[in-house]
Amino acid sequence: MKLGKRKYSAFDLVNALIMLVLIFIMLYPIYYMAIVSISNGSSVARGEIHFYPVRITWKAYEVIFSDAPIVSAYRNTLIYTSLGVAINLFMTSLCAYPLSRREFYGRNLFSLFIVFTMFFDGGIIPRYLVVNGLGMLDTIWAIVVPTAINVFYMVMMRTFFQALPEALHESAHMDGANDLTVFWRVVLPLSAPVMATMTLFYAVSHWNSYFPALIYLNDSHLYPIQIILRNIVIQGDVASQSTEASGVMGTLVVDQNIKYAVVLIAILPILLLYPFLQKYFVKGSMVGSLKG
Amino acid sequence: MILRKLARNKYLYMMFALPFLYFAIFHYVPMFGNIIAFQNYNVVIGFVHSPFVGFEHFKEFLYDPYFWKLVRNTLMLNVYGIVFAFPAPIVLALLLNELRSKRFKRLVQSVAYLPHFLSTVVISGMIVNYLAYDGMLNRFIESMGGEQVQFLSDASWFRTIYIVSDIWQQIGWGTIIYLAALTGVDPQLYEAARMDGANRLKQVLHIAIPCILPVITIMLLLNIGNFMTVGYEKILLLYNGSTYETADVIQTFVYRRGLLGSDLSFASAVGLFQSVVAFVLVVGANRLTKRLGGATLW
Repeated sequence: MKLGKRKYSAFDLVNALIMLVLIFIMLYPIYYMAIVSISNGSSVARGEIHFYPVRITWKAYEVIFSDAPIVSAYRNTLIYTSLGVAINLFMTSLCAYPLSRREFYGRNLFSLFIVFTMFFDGGIIPRYLVVNGLGMLDTIWAIVVPTAINVFYMVMMRTFFQALPEALHESAHMDGANDLTVFWRVVLPLSAPVMATMTLFYAVSHWNSYFPALIYLNDSHLYPIQIILRNIVIQGDVASQSTEASGVMGTLVVDQNIKYAVVLIAILPILLLYPFLQKYFVKGSMVGSLKG
Repeated sequence: MILRKLARNKYLYMMFALPFLYFAIFHYVPMFGNIIAFQNYNVVIGFVHSPFVGFEHFKEFLYDPYFWKLVRNTLMLNVYGIVFAFPAPIVLALLLNELRSKRFKRLVQSVAYLPHFLSTVVISGMIVNYLAYDGMLNRFIESMGGEQVQFLSDASWFRTIYIVSDIWQQIGWGTIIYLAALTGVDPQLYEAARMDGANRLKQVLHIAIPCILPVITIMLLLNIGNFMTVGYEKILLLYNGSTYETADVIQTFVYRRGLLGSDLSFASAVGLFQSVVAFVLVVGANRLTKRLGGATLW
């Protein structure tokens, strides 16, 4: 109605300009890595790359894909993420479902038991000693087990279960089904949306995490991609990471190419999944922060 | 009576057993494991036989000026965060809300949310490379005729770098909650204000901001509740010996002293101090939020 007919004011123009600048600030640092990673090494070294790639070469990607530590770290991250998410979904739903049932005697007490852990952190050192005591150091379990349940996500799932119609449970119980059967046959098939959300949430956090690997893993064969990324991109450990790389160093590929190429392959899955991530995360962050 | 209830829901208890064990082992055992903060814990003889020293470690760090530097750094990063990073998404949300084209608004949102999904390592990697002495920013400064700046090894730059990169990563994501609050504003209010001749700025000041003020207050309280915690995972990647002066915080110190320096008891004591203060702050903030009528997590 009237809204659409109102003239664009000077403010609208300035506002739109601010937004365009914002878009540039958000995207340029990421775009810059992409164009440097595929530009010719000597141009990169001379600082000639600004807005578009110069003399495009995929050499940096050839180098990192033939580099054993990087490939193995990438594979490790894929394994940690898929196994981790499986454990997350299993444990989170086992926790959320009973807490969503009104007849679950003691659920307030159990809820308190769980929520308290959000407020009081046991601390880095004691948790390290527990993981150590369980013999999990330098195993995949140290990465996927200590973070099995995220309390925020568990609350989201519980809220979802609570919103399912009570009649579902009653009729199933009437037919003689027990809680396990109801959960498995009735609740889970209806929970695809929340499970999809949880999968994305947990997958992103596994994919991006580096701190557990930093403190629990010493064996470099177990390193996830984020640790390799840290070694190469932040500590500048390019040559020792990849013997292959030092051979072709020089004119065609420089450290910068390698660094940004590794970053790019590490964020590629995030970029590919971004449309889904955005949709589910926005919805999820509303549930988590406002209602809960 | 209770037994009958328990028996009828035995499958629920069976399901809950594993999660219960998980929280007990990975959250409660570490909490009680903080006993080593009162010992001279020795890994070889175990914590049953390690000698108790009472509050020895606590006394040691409370009298240590370096510990207060850690507290100061933790608090300063939070103060900077409240002053600069906290209002940023509010301003952006208000500007987004004023955009006339819904499609353009969605585009800006999509772009601005993206950095939120990048890992700490990637963000820190970009910072370290772009701010290096031969990095993007210094080249730009030089091309404008300026002098190179030692961003990464100059302690006076650390807080700025930490906060600016935080804003870059979270400004878009932070708008979500405010945008949701803004869509809840009754359009009739705007209509009435326009009738009264209020211009856009006045509409923002007198309608939009007052309407989202409760949300702002809650977010501010939650923020203050987290005053003892900072993004130590990022700091760990960004700091170095020459920036400890401003960058070293309690948790990075605990990591260095405990896991790299193997001084487990002392580090646990510092960590426990942090946990207790953080707990008091968070619970206090939650109480206040609840009193203000805001929904908290449980």
